[in-house]
Amino acid sequence: MTSPPVSNSRLDTDRQAVDQTALTGYALGLGDDVLILAQRLGEWITRAPQIEEDIALGNIALDLLGQARTLLSYAGELEGAGRDEDDLAFLRDEREFRNLHLVEIENGDFAVTMARQLIFSAYQCELYSALLTSTDPTLSALAGKAVKEVDYHRDHATQWVLRLGDGTPESHDRMQAALDLIWPYVEEIFDSSDIVAALPGIAADPAAFRAAWTAYVENVIGEATLTRPTPKWRSRGGRTGYHSEHLGHLLPTMQNLHRSHPGATW
Amino acid sequence: MSAPDAPAPTGSARKGWPLWEVFIRARRGLSHQHVGSLHAPDAAMALRNARDVYTRRGEGVSIWIVPSAVITASSPDEKDPFFDPAMDKAYRHPTFYDVPEGVHHL
Repeated sequence: MTSPPVSNSRLDTDRQAVDQTALTGYALGLGDDVLILAQRLGEWITRAPQIEEDIALGNIALDLLGQARTLLSYAGELEGAGRDEDDLAFLRDEREFRNLHLVEIENGDFAVTMARQLIFSAYQCELYSALLTSTDPTLSALAGKAVKEVDYHRDHATQWVLRLGDGTPESHDRMQAALDLIWPYVEEIFDSSDIVAALPGIAADPAAFRAAWTAYVENVIGEATLTRPTPKWRSRGGRTGYHSEHLGHLLPTMQNLHRSHPGATW
Repeated sequence: MSAPDAPAPTGSARKGWPLWEVFIRARRGLSHQHVGSLHAPDAAMALRNARDVYTRRGEGVSIWIVPSAVITASSPDEKDPFFDPAMDKAYRHPTFYDVPEGVHHL
């Protein structure tokens, strides 16, 4: 056994043919999505309509945070620069984050949060279902655990969208307004990327499961007596580090403790 | 006074959401046990809330949800006639025979 200068010798021998840079970027993108959305959902705690909903949103946020830990640890390991999950979560600046704009926008009212959750959880359901057969053992193991979690998240959001959409005139209008506000961020989820193209058999191409995603979400929207919006603009750039103004406000809140007390444990 | 178009909430409601009693079966073979109550707009949401509030640490394999309003409970005022007569009837307890050797868990 000869040891290369970098620490991840196992990875180097096992995955000679795999584009390590692309895989690092892929894990980082998926990890940042769930890290940032976990932070956003955490903002609801003590502010949800009911204490029961407080707990539900907190549970969902913790599920996502658990997925983020696996993905960011893996990204750090692949990168081989000695950065762990905490370094990646708390010591990167805005331009280094690779998450979709969808997860960083502000919570808005409860309807906006549920619209975002329906869209994102439905995407994650398809994503993790596809990653179950990934040839990357870390990604397929994560998918096996997480697919059950996100299936519940999707159900939770579905229940609320149905009730608010098909509820009172006011709840219907606010649910429709929430969909209108969220929809410009949908297209970015399904953008093709060089990273996914460079990882055949490992990464899941969102374009391949867009039809399944659309079928699920449009069914919920229809049943909730809502209308699928046709937005006049679309977000882009999250996967390459270009973000909306909202991420710049979220990061100091999320990173403050770690940066003020480096290495603090509890 | 509630608004004319809003039906008066039933049971003990907070912000119009009825109260539900939660019963959880810890594992197969045991009966459902009452674990607490919660608010939810309807039974389907109550079930999901119960999952989030009461089974976060693997406490159960099955949940029952019952509207609190449909439970008929004994009254504290009736406590004496209901329960006192059982107190001094020791012969109702199976303590007047010897347990054979080798029988455990009786």
